[in-house]
Amino acid sequence: MNRGAALAEVRDLRVRFVGREETIHAVNGVSFAVPSGKVLCILGESGSGKSVTLRALMRLLPPRSSRIEGSIRIGGEDVLAMPLRALRDLRGGLVAMVFQEPMTALDPVYTIGRQIIETVRKHTGCDRHSARARALELLELVRIPSAAQRLEAYPHELSGGLRQRAMIAMALSCRPRLLLADEPTTALDATVQVQILILLRNLQRELGMGMIFVTHDLGVAAEIADTVAVMYAGRIVESGPVERVMRAPAHPYTAGLLASTVHGQPRDRDINAIPGSPPDLRRLMPGCSFAPRCSRRQPSCTTNLPEPRFPKPGHMAACFAVPSAPVV
Amino acid sequence: MDPLAPAPRDRGGPGGPLLIARDLKKHFPVRSSGGKSVQAVDGISFSVREGETLGIVGESGCGKSTLARLLLHLIVPDAGELVFDGTTVRDDITVGALRRQVQIVFQDSYSSLNPRMPIRDTVAFGPFVQGKPKGEARRIARDTLARVGLDPDLFGPRYPHELSGGQKQRVNIARALATGPRMVILDEPVSALDKSIEAQVLNLLRALKRQLNLTYVFISHDLNVVRYLSDRVLVMYLGRVVELGRVEAIYTRPAHPYTRALLASQPSMNPVRRIEEPPITGDPPNPIAPPAGCRFHTRCPFAEPVCMTVDPPLPPWLGPQSHIAACHLSDRLPRRISHE
Repeated sequence: MNRGAALAEVRDLRVRFVGREETIHAVNGVSFAVPSGKVLCILGESGSGKSVTLRALMRLLPPRSSRIEGSIRIGGEDVLAMPLRALRDLRGGLVAMVFQEPMTALDPVYTIGRQIIETVRKHTGCDRHSARARALELLELVRIPSAAQRLEAYPHELSGGLRQRAMIAMALSCRPRLLLADEPTTALDATVQVQILILLRNLQRELGMGMIFVTHDLGVAAEIADTVAVMYAGRIVESGPVERVMRAPAHPYTAGLLASTVHGQPRDRDINAIPGSPPDLRRLMPGCSFAPRCSRRQPSCTTNLPEPRFPKPGHMAACFAVPSAPVV
Repeated sequence: MDPLAPAPRDRGGPGGPLLIARDLKKHFPVRSSGGKSVQAVDGISFSVREGETLGIVGESGCGKSTLARLLLHLIVPDAGELVFDGTTVRDDITVGALRRQVQIVFQDSYSSLNPRMPIRDTVAFGPFVQGKPKGEARRIARDTLARVGLDPDLFGPRYPHELSGGQKQRVNIARALATGPRMVILDEPVSALDKSIEAQVLNLLRALKRQLNLTYVFISHDLNVVRYLSDRVLVMYLGRVVELGRVEAIYTRPAHPYTRALLASQPSMNPVRRIEEPPITGDPPNPIAPPAGCRFHTRCPFAEPVCMTVDPPLPPWLGPQSHIAACHLSDRLPRRISHE
């Protein structure tokens, strides 16, 4: 990956949540880079640290209880060192976020139009009239039918699909260069999910944004990703081009996830489920976190953390069982 | 088992439907709408044969969960009739007698368990209430927990908050099975679980069905899971049945435009063959005011004038190989094979 030109670059990110009685190690050394115009999918199950990673990029984690270490650079700026005022310009300006649940992310007591206008005016300082024009333009951009009427609608008056479109419109209002999407289609029905996925894909391409898309759904990742990073227990265990990772997964966890996802398996046979359950993030064991569930476990897996290996250039898997391609 | 010898409890006769739903209706009045109501289930008829798995698919608001609750009389239907094993519920057998034979597993594994009861007591509660002595109920609970893959000594004394999502759902399955039901309604039982755990629970459900000769009604929005588990599939849209048939027929030769759209909306799992155009546009309409005529006509790419005025009836079910769809055009539409 061309690291010099990366729009977002994360190095050795660690996030802990410190409580009175226990500390949760949510993210444990994550590094990745996203160039402009590309889509990175962070794939993982609940508790894998994918959403925490995404929120850390905008510093949306609770400041009192969370401890963030490592480095996050977006558009060349050091996000972790940023003063609060600069952070406010970053959020919604350079970087914007689309959440899973539009009903809770939108303010129920203001109309869609008013919420977009407020965002536009805050960031650009333009007058009401041109902000309104921009809001209308945005609703048309996300293909909301009868956009002018919908500006006056409250969130509860819209269907789930339209609400998600409205939230995307708001996220795009200040022309962000990086769009963060946290499971934006998970709460939607199948026929609506595909519409939103295609919309996001087209907008990302047309506007040349970088996008980081968090999902637990391999099918969704296959529809939208350029590259994927698979997370398990707060670490990236595998990453690479989406075609490569889905066709030839190198890490046993990714392979297990693909095998256990139901998609046209023979009906008369059991699904190859991954045994056991994810580790307790309060008491993280040394070595590879997936080792207790892994069929290719070696003695070294429970004592040492596997370093990244590269079966193909650009394709990384953190696993002792993966042979590294010879360096040419 | 000899297929000709009826099982001792089987009063409907071998091969006869274990459960028949006739014209079930449930409308929920909406106070603020001036006398209107949500037509959650609006005249649904089908039967479930002994030993089969009937899959029910549909999007949110189509009435599938209301239907699940109607089948157990957890919600009393406004109209229609429920016949279990040849006896009409409420006329011939009581609701209590029905629930001894039909149990349900809900989607939310946490809120369907009593947080203040250790799980061995939760599982023993059903048999105890149904008249088993305490010791016997406890023994049943131990056996059932072991059957769903939870060590009764290790997990029995635990409370729901001490379990993972997958373990809680196993407890819910044990709770449903402890009363020895013949039929289990599974209402999105794996939707809240992670994929690696979902596969474990699906394998468990398949094994239990085989071991205990169960009949399943499996409700889900996930078409892949329904295809894997079901023998027949019923597709719902806005409170109605739009299509019913054998699983392979539904998935390879869908007859209703809505079923086709649902199938085509499934992500392909193949990054080089992405979906380029959405198969249908818009959201499902508001069930308070469903469209006149065919309820799907507002989103249907094939709709003709007749679809806007005349409600297409669902043809009668004519035996195991039937494949029926409530569509004016289903004979004329090309039956292409859906993408795999």
